[in-house]
Amino acid sequence: MPPRVNLHKCNGCAGLPESRCEEACPGDLMAVDEGTGKAFCRNTRDCWDCMSCTKACPAAAIETRIPYQLGYHKASLRPIMGKDRIIWKCVDINGQETSYEYRNRLKR
Amino acid sequence: MSNRPGGRRAKAMPKTLAEVRVEVVDCDLLIIGGGNAGCFVAVEAAKLNPGLKVVIMEKAEIMRSGACSAGMDAINTYIPEGKTPEDLVRWSRDQVGGGPLREDLALSNARELNESVDDLERWGLPILRDEDGKIHYRGKWDISIHGEQLKPIMAEKAIESGAEVYNRVAGTGLLMDAGPNGPRCVGAFGLHVRSGVFYVFRAKATVVSTGGAGTLYKSYTADSTDSGAQIWMCPYCVGSGYAMGFRQGAELSSLEQRWVATRTKDYCGPVDTISVGYKAPIINCKGEKVMSRYAHLGGDAAPRYIRANAPMEEWLAGRGPCYCDTRNMAPDKVQAMMTDYLNERPSFVLFLASRGQDVTKEPIEIYGSDPYILGGHTMGGFWVDLERMTTVPGLFAAGETAGGNPNKFVGGCAAEGKLAARGAIAYMKSAGSLPGPADPVFAAQVEAEKTRVFAPLLRGADYDGVTPREMKERLQRLMDEYAGGTSQFYRTNEERLDYALRHIAVLQDQFRYLKAADLHELMEAGETMDRVDVAEAVVHHLKARKETRWAGWQTRSDYPERDDTNFDCFVETRRDPETGVVTAFTRPYEQLVPGERLKA
Ligand SMILES: Cc1cc2nc3c(=O)[nH]c(=O)nc-3n(C[C@H](O)[C@H](O)[C@H](O)COP(=O)(O)OP(=O)(O)OC[C@H]3O[C@@H](n4cnc5c(N)ncnc54)[C@H](O)[C@@H]3O)c2cc1C
Ligand code: SF4
Ligand code: SF4
Repeated sequence: MPPRVNLHKCNGCAGLPESRCEEACPGDLMAVDEGTGKAFCRNTRDCWDCMSCTKACPAAAIETRIPYQLGYHKASLRPIMGKDRIIWKCVDINGQETSYEYRNRLKR
Repeated sequence: MSNRPGGRRAKAMPKTLAEVRVEVVDCDLLIIGGGNAGCFVAVEAAKLNPGLKVVIMEKAEIMRSGACSAGMDAINTYIPEGKTPEDLVRWSRDQVGGGPLREDLALSNARELNESVDDLERWGLPILRDEDGKIHYRGKWDISIHGEQLKPIMAEKAIESGAEVYNRVAGTGLLMDAGPNGPRCVGAFGLHVRSGVFYVFRAKATVVSTGGAGTLYKSYTADSTDSGAQIWMCPYCVGSGYAMGFRQGAELSSLEQRWVATRTKDYCGPVDTISVGYKAPIINCKGEKVMSRYAHLGGDAAPRYIRANAPMEEWLAGRGPCYCDTRNMAPDKVQAMMTDYLNERPSFVLFLASRGQDVTKEPIEIYGSDPYILGGHTMGGFWVDLERMTTVPGLFAAGETAGGNPNKFVGGCAAEGKLAARGAIAYMKSAGSLPGPADPVFAAQVEAEKTRVFAPLLRGADYDGVTPREMKERLQRLMDEYAGGTSQFYRTNEERLDYALRHIAVLQDQFRYLKAADLHELMEAGETMDRVDVAEAVVHHLKARKETRWAGWQTRSDYPERDDTNFDCFVETRRDPETGVVTAFTRPYEQLVPGERLKA
């Protein structure tokens, strides 16, 4: 399941020793192109759609998409990471919006 | 204590073997794979002896790696008040149709289980409680959590414990030494997938906890889609731990008991969450309750492999598709179920949205997953003793990597991490000294492994060879069609298995054509070789069990019945490190926990 990088929002995590998305990916799939300075997924076919990169991006530049062969155009699911909570905003293909919020840490 | 960042990918790559940078790192305890079990090994080791130098070699980044990367919504085993470790073992035995299973391992694990789960809560994991303050049970043994942060929580503790974490270093092979009782393991080799440094970790004891093996078989969603890795198990745990040990002669146990599960169709999402957690029945296309067909085997409480296989049997009989019937769920239950998904497989919520599906109007379709080798779910993994040492001295295993003891899951893998740490530390005291860089045997091994690992990169960009992906996909098709994959409804026979072995031998011979354009592909080349070597073992296991004991997990069309006279025992394999020849044999089963076993 391919992550899609919004090239306007991504700043390549300039200044960090490693970009947040390439740090997060359990499959070593994210990298930053030295030429454009933007992140890309080196092989969308290998993606597990775990959404770790999407959660980690400080610029909210990454969206996880279901490939069209499996799911229709276009739904979205956006995580917003808090200190000890997470909010998810989901929009389905009919424009129906749902949000979820819960605690994911007892203490920090 | 430090968590070494993987860093950005290197621009320059070595062009010759001489250009490969080698770093030797010494430690007391090496942990290969900082996942669920690996993190617990590190924490327990520091507790037992804070002075130890503990190193974790982690292929990914420890905060998000392995099975728990996306999070979890349950801990599948936690012994409730009034129940005993023996009860848990009895249940576990029932799940695998009465066994055989390693009851010695299962018992020791069960005794350690609750404390390990309590650790997680103390560290900050939200475990759901009922209004009376008691832990909320989702089923008989499983408890609900909001585990989106489970992996970072475990990783932080491993780092705090003082372990040195080498992120983005993929283990490739074991470092061996001649020991008094035959060859012993004294560490391991690893490839840094960002910098290209070749690591040699020298250790008094090594625990391998690299998870299971996904991606040996083709997933049906891989056909003509952009979803080659859309599977249940972590697709980045490819069985490298098994392969490393197997190549050095460590004995593998029970790989024929593969893990196959009922999962949501077209997106390999959770089903237990719905069917167990929300009591949504499994129905076929006619609306009939599928498990009522299995009433004599326990119905909804039938052994796990029967439940896993039941929807596929419906398909075969012309009664598919099958569903988890969510249509009677109240809105608050749907909200809770979606929250569970978001904790464990968040993109399944996205999948439902991309189908525009309201689950109270349209039930969730289900199907069988591709098969996995997972010693934390079923039993495939290293044969270990009570200390969790494999048959290679100095090499320990925990979690999915250790065999014989099914139904571990999150809590059991954590518990086993502790047990392996204790075993490894006890062993260290008598381990003696380690071979030094001046030792010619050591130098020869470093050179040989470096040559093997870097060969695909050094063949050059213009080399007319085979990409790791091509070989992986060839293997996956072979395993799917000949060794009992989803397309074959998990069935296989002697002739197909022999066919698979012939082609696996060709693949092994063609390792010499593998090529890699960059370090990521070089890692993939190693993974693909590991997959092929593990697949060879799997096929030998399937061949050796000439009966059908766990239909779905292990189905022989040519031996459709269970044969207790010959096969109420463990099937084992060992590969000769010198010749590469694999032999299969059996080991007896020993019942320790009383009770009737072979009911079903
Ligand atoms: C999607 C999903 C949902 C699940 N849901 C539940 C649930 O709700 N409740 C429950 O109890 N259990 C659940 N499980 C099972 C549970 O997560 C696993 O049994 C358990 O976490 C496995 O622990 P492990 O340490 O053996 O493996 P992992 O946690 O997978 O750790 C393996 C580690 O090894 C690393 N590694 C792999 N290869 C190498 C290499 N060559 N070199 C170095 N490092 C390497 C990996 O990156 C990873 O960090 C689920 C599993 C999955 C996949
Ligand atoms: S984390 Fe976000 S901003 Fe940083 S490189 Fe990745 S996509 Fe770009
Ligand atoms: S969704 Fe997960 S597997 Fe896919 S690119 Fe992002 S972090 Fe990697």
